[in-house]
Amino acid sequence: MKLDRSSYLTLSFVLGVALVLALLNQMTAVGSALHVPTYILALAGKYLCFAMLALAVDLVWGFAGILSLGHAAFFALGGYAMGMYLMRQIGTRGVYGNPNLPDFMVFLGWKELPWYWYGFDWFGFAMLMAVVVPGALAAVFGWLAFRSRVTGVYLSIITQALTYALLLAFFRNDMGFGGNNGMTDFKDILGFNVQADSTRSALLVISALLLCGQFLVARFVVDSRFGKMLIAVRDTESRTRFLGYRPESYKLVVWVLSAVMAGIGGALYVPQVGIINPSEFAPGNSIEAVIWVAVGGRGTLVGAILGAILVNFGKTWFTGALPEVWLYALGAMFIFVTLFLPRGVMGLFRARTPKEPEPEAPEVAAAHEVTG
Amino acid sequence: MHRIVAVLLLIILMQGMSVCRADGVDDAYEALSASAGSISAAGFNSVREGIEQLAVSGDPRAAVVIGALQDGLLYANDDHVLFIQLPDGTYVDARTGKPAPDVTDDDVKAVRVNNAVRSAIDGALGSLQLFAPDAPTRLKAASAVFTSHDPAALPALTQALAKETDPAVKQRMEQAKAAAILFATDASQADRLAAVATLRARGDQDARSLLSTLAGQTGPVADAAATAVVAIDRVLQIWSVAQSVYYGVSLGSVLLLAAAGLAITFGVMGVINMAHGEMVMIGAYVTFVVQQLMHAYLPSLYGISLLIAVPMAFLVSGAVGVAVERSLIRWLYGRPLETLLATWGLSLVLQQVVRSLFGANNRDVDTPSWMSGATQLGGLTLTWNRMYIILFAFLVVAALMAALRYTSLGLRMRAVTQNRRMAAAMGIKTPWIDALTFGLGSGVAGIAGVALSQIDNVSPNLGQGYIIDSFMVVVFGGVGNLWGTTLGALTLGIVNKFLEPIAGAVLGKIVVLILLILFVQRNPRGMFPLKGRAVES
Repeated sequence: MKLDRSSYLTLSFVLGVALVLALLNQMTAVGSALHVPTYILALAGKYLCFAMLALAVDLVWGFAGILSLGHAAFFALGGYAMGMYLMRQIGTRGVYGNPNLPDFMVFLGWKELPWYWYGFDWFGFAMLMAVVVPGALAAVFGWLAFRSRVTGVYLSIITQALTYALLLAFFRNDMGFGGNNGMTDFKDILGFNVQADSTRSALLVISALLLCGQFLVARFVVDSRFGKMLIAVRDTESRTRFLGYRPESYKLVVWVLSAVMAGIGGALYVPQVGIINPSEFAPGNSIEAVIWVAVGGRGTLVGAILGAILVNFGKTWFTGALPEVWLYALGAMFIFVTLFLPRGVMGLFRARTPKEPEPEAPEVAAAHEVTG
Repeated sequence: MHRIVAVLLLIILMQGMSVCRADGVDDAYEALSASAGSISAAGFNSVREGIEQLAVSGDPRAAVVIGALQDGLLYANDDHVLFIQLPDGTYVDARTGKPAPDVTDDDVKAVRVNNAVRSAIDGALGSLQLFAPDAPTRLKAASAVFTSHDPAALPALTQALAKETDPAVKQRMEQAKAAAILFATDASQADRLAAVATLRARGDQDARSLLSTLAGQTGPVADAAATAVVAIDRVLQIWSVAQSVYYGVSLGSVLLLAAAGLAITFGVMGVINMAHGEMVMIGAYVTFVVQQLMHAYLPSLYGISLLIAVPMAFLVSGAVGVAVERSLIRWLYGRPLETLLATWGLSLVLQQVVRSLFGANNRDVDTPSWMSGATQLGGLTLTWNRMYIILFAFLVVAALMAALRYTSLGLRMRAVTQNRRMAAAMGIKTPWIDALTFGLGSGVAGIAGVALSQIDNVSPNLGQGYIIDSFMVVVFGGVGNLWGTTLGALTLGIVNKFLEPIAGAVLGKIVVLILLILFVQRNPRGMFPLKGRAVES
């Protein structure tokens, strides 16, 4: 696998910034000018987790042409797996002090732990679930969808329906995942205090490492023979099928891989923001993840990471400084990027590289749409 | 003129009544006054009998006298004449209502009450309402007796029935009488069987619960009651199914309204317009503005402000739609996924614009009086606003179909969507047709907003709640097919409402979504896929 310059730059940027922030937080005194407050660590960690989600979206959208409007669902499922582990670690320190049940179950008057909570007090099992559950859901959903050749817009709409259904489901108290309030008030992760600076620093560095790992895996996948096939499927699915390949198998594999990557991102997100609730399933979140990728540059992987960090940095700044302007800015960004920057920020840097075939002229393409 | 005659007649009638009932009234007053001041059991019994006699006597002062007794303001002197104490401490003659200035507190003793007397008072006041001059009060009183089914009310009921002329009130009184007979221990078997038959004919939940109280007993009456319960259950079940269908059609018509515009922009043009919900929201806000303006400048026409809001909403949302198509969407034809993202961005901007202009809070849109209230059709409760929305939805879809089928613009629209290059070659200005088609779809969304302002909160988030459902309806029905959209909306609405009682509202919705996802897997092109060349896109 050969990495280009932008990949090296991005990887070193992500790792470097994470390490510097963590070291400055740990090594300097609280009052000093160089000290990085803990909330910055949490913020940076959040951006990196979003970058993992963006990377997952870019893998399916940029390379396999599957526009998922429900990827945040996989992210949130990973997050819930981690949240369940963290809930079990609270033990008797909850408000009700019940050694067997999380607070919200005591509150609902439940007597026993539901079967699907078994095993979540063990970190390894919880992390396994953080990848298995999103992966399994993606496998079932993808197998059904790709086998019956649901493509394009239809697929986008049913992915949105999927995350909407999960949103409604997790809002229900009877589901046993904390209902409306979700899970929060976490204490320990692997014996370390979640709130402590040192834990925060470690989580940030781990997020950066995992993001880089995910990036390398994604790079490896798209550069391989398998990746070439994905691009073929993205550009002309029917021609690939006529050549004797099975597009649905390629799509399914990359779809499940992408869901697993999103799940890992979600699992790291929860200890750093300290809460997981059903609003993570909101369809708007998934669509926002798509815009991160579009802003950064679809089909570049590096662009997904940059886009996620840029847009979220902008969001943090805007919602702090000019709250009512943020939605205008986000909306305008959607419109501007799709109209004027079809290849995102990365497209600006890559102007000199050999041109990819331009999209067809609107009139012709529309005629194709209708008449075929 | 005839009012005066009626009043005269009434006076004559009442005179006659009080004459012919004088004996009963005398007895009643005698019984009430006989034991004033006494707290012996016989005394209370006498008072109770007096109340019961007075209640059925038809005496026009009966309600006043019994009401005074309830408030502890009824007194009697040693000559057994009753007086009512007024708030200022003076007395009036209870029977005539004339002031009695020479009566002092020392001359009279209070008529005492105990619990048995109090319940007699309650019953008497209830049955006195049976003789009230206005029909709604009598109907309410009859319903109250039906609920209490107290056999003590039977004499009053019988008398009231004899005088009753209003058929609805009469029917309710008969049902009340039947209910009371069922619980009267001394009623004959024939009467009780007749009562069971009357309740069975009423056939609603209340009648069923009354009849089912006889379940443990034996004998012909209990048997008749048991069969009546079974019969009522069957009828009730049919009505509840019908009610579910009605709710389903109602929900379906809301979905249909929300999706009709999308069936044009998405179904016909293939534009994934995520800002569709915001067009609906704009229509709802137009309704709000129109109502405010009418309230300020044309209060006389306020009642029909909704009718004026319909074309206004169409024009405003349609104009926004044309502007959006010309400035944004025309650059994105043939790139459906990019269109989706850009229109999502547009929807955020539109929401924020409305939030800046009108604030984030819900706005009140009035429901005109002709749209509020409900009507009863057999066992069905039909609310007027839902009825109008159902009608309106079908009118809108019919108008839309007619516009596409019979107008020259509709012809051009169909030509452009079927074969753009050929249409252009025939001299059709395809860019303008695109703009107008998009404007039409957006305008219809605006009209939907007028209807939804009646049943939903008018807030900047109004549209978001409908966008996923609308896309589901269009995809489910089959893209590019208004019939499919209509059937899809109704099916989804009815399925949703039938699942709700089984699974609960939220779970029902989840089940519908999952069913839809599975349905799209099996039929990627909806219930009614387009056939022929248009399929290959």
